[in-house]
Amino acid sequence: MAHRWTNDLNDADVTPYSAFLNRRQIMAGLGGVAGLGLAGLGGTAAQAATEAALEPNSWEDVTTYCNFYEFGTGKGDPTAYAGQMMTEPWSVEIDGLVERPGSYSMAQILEAMTLEERIYRFRCVEAWSMVVPWQGFELADLLNLAGVQDGAKYVAFETLYRPSEMPGTAYKVLDWPYREGLRLDEAQHPLTIMATGIFGKPLPNQNGAPLRLVVPWKYGFKSIKSIVRITLTDQQPQTSWNMANAREYGFYSNVNPKVDHPRWSQASERRIGGGLFARREPTLMFNGYEADVAALYQGMDLAENF
Amino acid sequence: MQRINTLLRAVPVWLVYVAGVLLAAVLFYQGLTGALGAEPIKALEHEYGELALQLLVATLAITPLRRLLGVNLMRFRRAIGLLCFFYVSCHLLVWLLLDVQLLGQVLADILKRPYITIGMAGFVLMLPLALTSNGISVRRLGARWRLLHRLTYPAAVLGALHYVMLAKGFQLEPLIYMGLILLLLALRLPSAARLKLA
Repeated sequence: MAHRWTNDLNDADVTPYSAFLNRRQIMAGLGGVAGLGLAGLGGTAAQAATEAALEPNSWEDVTTYCNFYEFGTGKGDPTAYAGQMMTEPWSVEIDGLVERPGSYSMAQILEAMTLEERIYRFRCVEAWSMVVPWQGFELADLLNLAGVQDGAKYVAFETLYRPSEMPGTAYKVLDWPYREGLRLDEAQHPLTIMATGIFGKPLPNQNGAPLRLVVPWKYGFKSIKSIVRITLTDQQPQTSWNMANAREYGFYSNVNPKVDHPRWSQASERRIGGGLFARREPTLMFNGYEADVAALYQGMDLAENF
Repeated sequence: MQRINTLLRAVPVWLVYVAGVLLAAVLFYQGLTGALGAEPIKALEHEYGELALQLLVATLAITPLRRLLGVNLMRFRRAIGLLCFFYVSCHLLVWLLLDVQLLGQVLADILKRPYITIGMAGFVLMLPLALTSNGISVRRLGARWRLLHRLTYPAAVLGALHYVMLAKGFQLEPLIYMGLILLLLALRLPSAARLKLA
């Protein structure tokens, strides 16, 4: 069932490609101003920077600035190397505490789901952010397809691990395959989607083709890409970043301006695409989705369960 | 080796300064025009920081290169060292003015975040080195100048440590810098002094 949730960002918030190009020209024009030194940054430049900060993101930003460590740790590596990942045929193994475990092909999944658009804020744990127009369906619908058993409390996810097509996995940056997890109520929340596209086009490989999770109130690394396995379980699953560094990356990883990452503040963020003089913006509790999701964590100490 | 040294003598030292400063300016321009990608602030910060580390490795390599291989780059050592300080300063300024932006946050970060504390300590150690990298200081300080400039060694280790500590997950590149710097320092130990490769 689609269209249970509507958002306050709409198509008008997505920057058309032509406007994005214009902005780049404005930024280039700023070069002359900056030549006078940073003190020379007067009204027009500051104004342009503020306007740029308010503008949501372009196709260019979303598809060239990615973290997908299976293809390398540089932000441009996924764009450069993810093309070699074979995404057809693709199937997702749904197992664990489900009524109908098995291998679900993409065709099978897409036939059963209704795609809809969701424009979400996306906040990386590294303190940068974007606004992305996703196409996809609610994870709850996919879970219903497999039938969730009564005892299930968590959902575990796994990314494809295919070293021959993933040069980044030659190094043990993380314990491959990449793993993520959600509590069942988080997974069934109407904001939680499985994305198959962006900007009305199929997901580019670097963005997690053909099927990825999007949990907009959590740091970006929770939104696991190129999913091949979904397991319903009664145990809190292990997650890759928590395994690598439990002090820095908690299971919940909800966006929270009041709980700092040990190595940097999470109080503010920088919207990608604002150029060299982009201002920082305050980070919103639950990335701006507090009204929708705060109830999930009632009575929990969010500094403890970070 | 003689031929290499003859060729090197033909390179004027001012060319090293000009090339170094020009590269920093080109990178800044690329940041302005979008050539450094969608997030030019972090990109510029990383480029300047990494170039500073490369120049650190280069300054530390000059003495072992002469002793082990007979390649004489001594004329360029001051220029490379000062350029290294210049890049560390650019890296710090990008972090301060473009990245963090708030002075209060900068001070909090220096105190609270160990990798920033360590990077900052490395910068502070480099200050007296940059200030005394001139003929007058060398003459005035005499033997003490050589002693003072051994601060390069802890500064280099702090710089590499700063990079190792800020990497997410297990990454190879920062460890390579740390390894190179430790190797170049080990070559200065008395037990390595008799080594000769060419």
